[in-house]
Amino acid sequence: MRRYSAFAIAREALRHHAGWGRAWASPEPKKRYDVIIVGAGGHGLATAYYLGKNHGITNVAVLEKGWLGGGNTGRNTTIIRSNYLQDPSAAIYEKARSLYETLSQDLNMNVMFSPRGVIMLAQTHHEVRGYQRTAHANALQGVATEFIGPARVKELVPIINLDGPRYPVLGGLWQARGGTARHDTVAWGYARACSAMGMDIIQNCAVTGVETESGQVRAVNTSKGRIECGKLALVVAGHSSELAEMAGFRLPIESVALQALVSEPIKPCMDVVVMANTVHGYMSQSDKGEMVIGGGTDGFNNYTQRGSFHHIEETVRALVETFPMISRLKMLRQWGGIVDMTGDRSPILSKTPVGGVYVNCGWGTGGFKSIPGSGWAMAELVAKDAPGPLAAPFGMERFREGRFIDESVAAGVAH
Amino acid sequence: MSARLEGWGRLIDRSEPLTYSFNGRDLRGYRGDTLASALLAAGQVMQGRSFKYHRPRGPVAAGAEEPNALVNLGQGARFEPDQRATTTELFEGLVAESQNHWPSLDFDVGVVNNALARFLPAGFYNKTFMAPRGAWKHVFEPAIRQSAGLGRAPKAADADRYEHLYAHYDVVVVGGGVAGLTAARAAATSGLRVLVMEQAPHWGGRAPVDGGEIDRLDPEGWVRNVVEELEKAKNVTLRRRMMAAGVYDHGYLIGYERVADHTPLDGRPRHRLWRIRAGRIVTATGAIERPLAFAGNDVPGVMLASAMRDYLVNWGAAVGRRVVVVTNNDDAYRTALAMHEAGREVAAVLDARPLVTGALATRVREAGIRVLEGRAIAKVHGRKGVTGVAVTAQAGAGGAVEEIGCDAVAMSGGWSPVVHLWSHCGGKLVWDEAQALFRPDPSRPPTGADGEGFVVTAGAASGALTLAGALADGHDAGKAAAKAMGGKVTRKAAPKAEPEEAQPILPVWIMPAEAGPELKAKMWLDFQNDVKVSDVELAAREGYESVEHTKRYTTLGMATDQGKLSNINGLAVLSQALGQDIPATGTTTFRPPYTPISMASIAGEARGELFQPLRRSPIHDWHEANGAHWEPVGHWRRPYTYPRGAETLAEAVNREVNNTRANVGLLDASTLGKIVVKGPDAGRFLDMMYTNVMSSLPVGKCRYGLMCSENGFLIDDGVVARLAEDTWLCHTTTGGADRIHGHMEDWLQCEWWDWKVYTANLTEQFAQIGVVGPKARAVLEALGGMDLSKEALPFMHWAEGELAGIPARVFRISFSGELSYEIAVPAGRGRELWDRLVEAGEAHGVMPYGTEALHVMRAEKGFIMIGDETDGTVIPQDLGLNWAISKKKEDFLGKRAQERPHMADPERWKLIGLETLDGSVIPDGAYIVADGVNENGQRNTQGRVTSTYFSPTLGRGIAMALLHRGPERMGEEVEIPVLGAGKAPIRARVVETCFFDKPGAKQDV
Ligand SMILES: Cc1cc2nc3c(=O)[nH]c(=O)nc-3n(C[C@H](O)[C@H](O)[C@H](O)COP(=O)(O)OP(=O)(O)OC[C@H]3O[C@@H](n4cnc5c(N)ncnc54)[C@H](O)[C@@H]3O)c2cc1C
Repeated sequence: MRRYSAFAIAREALRHHAGWGRAWASPEPKKRYDVIIVGAGGHGLATAYYLGKNHGITNVAVLEKGWLGGGNTGRNTTIIRSNYLQDPSAAIYEKARSLYETLSQDLNMNVMFSPRGVIMLAQTHHEVRGYQRTAHANALQGVATEFIGPARVKELVPIINLDGPRYPVLGGLWQARGGTARHDTVAWGYARACSAMGMDIIQNCAVTGVETESGQVRAVNTSKGRIECGKLALVVAGHSSELAEMAGFRLPIESVALQALVSEPIKPCMDVVVMANTVHGYMSQSDKGEMVIGGGTDGFNNYTQRGSFHHIEETVRALVETFPMISRLKMLRQWGGIVDMTGDRSPILSKTPVGGVYVNCGWGTGGFKSIPGSGWAMAELVAKDAPGPLAAPFGMERFREGRFIDESVAAGVAH
Repeated sequence: MSARLEGWGRLIDRSEPLTYSFNGRDLRGYRGDTLASALLAAGQVMQGRSFKYHRPRGPVAAGAEEPNALVNLGQGARFEPDQRATTTELFEGLVAESQNHWPSLDFDVGVVNNALARFLPAGFYNKTFMAPRGAWKHVFEPAIRQSAGLGRAPKAADADRYEHLYAHYDVVVVGGGVAGLTAARAAATSGLRVLVMEQAPHWGGRAPVDGGEIDRLDPEGWVRNVVEELEKAKNVTLRRRMMAAGVYDHGYLIGYERVADHTPLDGRPRHRLWRIRAGRIVTATGAIERPLAFAGNDVPGVMLASAMRDYLVNWGAAVGRRVVVVTNNDDAYRTALAMHEAGREVAAVLDARPLVTGALATRVREAGIRVLEGRAIAKVHGRKGVTGVAVTAQAGAGGAVEEIGCDAVAMSGGWSPVVHLWSHCGGKLVWDEAQALFRPDPSRPPTGADGEGFVVTAGAASGALTLAGALADGHDAGKAAAKAMGGKVTRKAAPKAEPEEAQPILPVWIMPAEAGPELKAKMWLDFQNDVKVSDVELAAREGYESVEHTKRYTTLGMATDQGKLSNINGLAVLSQALGQDIPATGTTTFRPPYTPISMASIAGEARGELFQPLRRSPIHDWHEANGAHWEPVGHWRRPYTYPRGAETLAEAVNREVNNTRANVGLLDASTLGKIVVKGPDAGRFLDMMYTNVMSSLPVGKCRYGLMCSENGFLIDDGVVARLAEDTWLCHTTTGGADRIHGHMEDWLQCEWWDWKVYTANLTEQFAQIGVVGPKARAVLEALGGMDLSKEALPFMHWAEGELAGIPARVFRISFSGELSYEIAVPAGRGRELWDRLVEAGEAHGVMPYGTEALHVMRAEKGFIMIGDETDGTVIPQDLGLNWAISKKKEDFLGKRAQERPHMADPERWKLIGLETLDGSVIPDGAYIVADGVNENGQRNTQGRVTSTYFSPTLGRGIAMALLHRGPERMGEEVEIPVLGAGKAPIRARVVETCFFDKPGAKQDV
């Protein structure tokens, strides 16, 4: 792997950048791998990376039906935070957040992790109490957050309207080391590092069937032929139910569209990420200058990656009310992704009824922030055939036992 | 030098001059000008700076596809960044500034990025700025952010008004060019309802500029006739300045009408968002010309050949005195002819095709203009304006064969149909080899609920690039759309135009074909984002092979024009670099909106007071007049407390509690949910909804009930009254009314659709007032009316009658532990009853109390509150509410779930009371800690505080909490950490949840 640095760029500049090689190889599939990971989204790629890095397993293929990072990893609004309420969530999201802090250096690719701070606004008394609770929980979980008053909110976000006629801002939960990162580069960085470890990332390779023998996985069938594997990790977000069906089990997942939009770019005017859950919207400003905006999920299940205009309207309304200065900005582009929702809105990292098959899914509307932590925990689960402490609470048996990890308690929209 | 020409400018009205300002300079233009045309006419070609390298730029296009000429428009509360000068109609007093430069457009420090361009190739930021670690956040990122962005951020709120409009049409025609008008005319003869919209302020599209004859009229005249005819038709609606922004499932179409952008302050809404249900959508959206990729194709003065022609013909603005035309197709010859006719010098036409034979070329030659075959531009000279071009052989590597001095360049790389609307909802494209363009594949349209395609394309948008072809195609499209909607089209023939004898295009993606890296680093693909041929090639080299990867790696097509000019060129260059054909590369996804639309138009009227309709109780005005401190609860606003004089909120709450416990208080409980459930199966239904039995409740009595979700969690509670044999009234929490009503209907409609049950949410039909406290009965007796003695109306009963002459239903229920009546009267008489109660209560010391006093009193009694004691993870068993869970019922929602191992686990956290040892009040949301840490290093906890208040009745802090095996641990002391460094934890004793009047003596009197 050619190392990236300012010096390398300077050297290449003299020869028109002709010397840069491929960021990742583009191999044909081998006959067999120790581990096959389906889905080259952030979670699949991170799983592969930590399999190699933490467990020394490198005979790994990541199979992707389209282009790597093209699922929700390349469609999300990139909010990173770990101010979750429940202990298991806070643990895995904080692990992820702390890995993000050094990810650029780890991967030798600048993922632009920008710990600019995240505020979740409290706009009802109920929300105030809810976030005060989260602040207490976070303190015990080792997650640095703080409940702040309206004046401090205004200081951090000068463009906010504190006294909208409908829901005055009563305060907010502030995580100073939350922020954003560049989504594509997270996928590319992991892919490049995996490729450098000798792993095969195979794009345009859809898995179409899972072959088992006496309850144990043997191989997968793909659009590029049959490939044998020792273990199989399904990390395909919104398509998890389909893959589970191929392997012969069911998952408690529903797939719905989540949309986002950006404005035309403007000069910097907002340095932090603001989420307003009462009115259902959140906003940050990208390094390019676009206001990046999102809200709630569509109210019906589907796979179209489009979504309805009505949700865009609801979200934009909420934000024009919260940030009146965006009124005359223009929406440049809207898009959608299919998110995988579980009953308790928490992910599944789990063994399955099929030996050697593991699932990682259910990150729903908020799994970009968890990519490194999820990959870390999933790699351990796959390598050891048993979950470590990060993954253990997220087994899918919890739905049968009624042991939910419900985060909807803390937030109406969760990202 | 650009200038205004006499005798040209079909769209401007020279009798109406307008004054406007650009970068502080006062300039003059005419009604009908765009800002871009006016600036060009004033000699101002350079109008902006690019995004990344801050290169000087002038307009390259004349319409919605413009990437360069973006301005800061307006001032103060009417300021708007990133406005395209090419689609901004001039008006008197318009104020514009160019963007993305400091200190000025002419001299911009940011242009150092341009000097460093070779160090800043695509994705350079991915490879650098990694060390030292903190530097990204504190040094590099802020610098990049300052340099990026385009327009200034608005500061003020928006002073304008916006509205939404809902409409249904059988056929919607998008695009008012000749194909669209033809389609509309055909469809209109069927009598179906037809809407025609055009984004520009004028009808006719390109034809009036490009010439030809339609049914023996010049296009201008023909357009005028057809528009007149359509205006007369009752079934046709015509709208200019209206853009179709997006096509969504089932023929849903968003129209964006810029009503008053060009007439600010005239009182009309600025934008109107049309939300249209269309039977069929005809997209006659035309085609957009492609730039050619040669070195220096971004220098101000280089523009699309069609744009140069538009500026001349439409606005009389001639760009350049001496121009060079460079092309690979016939169309650009029209520009050469027009410029020549206008008396400008056309130095040469450079045609990449080795042999030029078309009819247009012949006319150009006849006009004495040099046509150089097989020639290309090697390089444009000049920085802030064109000074000349180096001519080379298209087939070569760029060695100059000739230098031509000129001050403008018109370029044409061919045309791309506007396929956005076709594609938004899944319509597919095919690559048309002969014309070198992607066009809609009629066999794979976006489909509606009936499985039929609901979008039809017409004219150039279909790939029919000639006038005759566009007319025929438009007619067919209009006919097909009307027919699909069951209409009969009576107009048989399409309008006619002479077929043109044209020479085919030669696809040229890089000019010259064998250009080396030096030139490729100066060939712009995406003008605004500064993406060059070299960047796309770099992406390919580095393995970003998917067109989506290339886009994201280079930012190609991600600018405010969303790749309207750059996408096809970019993916063609990518295909070449990868050695594959263009269809194998494919396009990126087309997403709405077609061009950016204002946030304000999306929000519509729903702003300020109208953002979310505020629900007001019938007694709202009294509360307002009497100093209520408001609390938003759901969509309602409820009095939190009524502070008097200099009282703090806390003091007011304490006073209200004390007075209610000692005398009598009034509570406006109108917002409580009231759902009537009625029908032969209503009892059976409620037995499923509630954990306890409601079917056995006698008429005349009330019962407290709990509702759980399918997963067993407690979701709502309230008192149920049986009104009649087949009728129950279910009270819900204020926030829960709509949700619970929906929940009931969900089960009725999806699961028990054959049960005979009706539900109705009557929350707003009744005002409900709590009269609470030892003197409550005395106050009510003073009103006169029904008998409310203990005997006539015992605790947990209800009765109907009259109070103070108002028909009333009185419930004897208590959420405070006091003698308490809740009186429901028709909403229209709520205020009257309240006033009577205030009068009658005066002698008894009556005071209103708000939600906080309500909370304190219920906590003193140990009553739970949904949302405090519950959070979606709590089951009734956790709260000691087993008494309200039927053991006899075979089933109810949540029953099965509550039997799951984790739910039935004795180790769960359960509700108890807490008394702080020092009497202090525990902070909201605090946790009760246990020893040690868990495997993830988090401090162990054993419980959490759910409600915590200062109790004025007891004079100390009280709390309720969920605690591990709580009820088994009475008397134990627990520790509760407090936030903030160095703060000592609070210690508290575990007690029962009821702090006051355990036997309930006060309420049952
Ligand atoms: C609009 C939007 C906004 C969001 N905002 C945020 C946010 O601000 N913060 C945050 O933390 N999260 C956010 N999220 C959620 C986040 O994007 C996802 O949780 C996360 O990216 C999921 O990553 P993944 O790797 O699990 O899935 P994906 O990135 O979707 O990857 C799954 C991959 O599996 C592939 N695949 C599917 N089926 C097959 C098959 N049969 N064979 C081979 N490959 C297959 C897919 O092509 C895809 O590439 C948002 C999501 C959306 C849609």
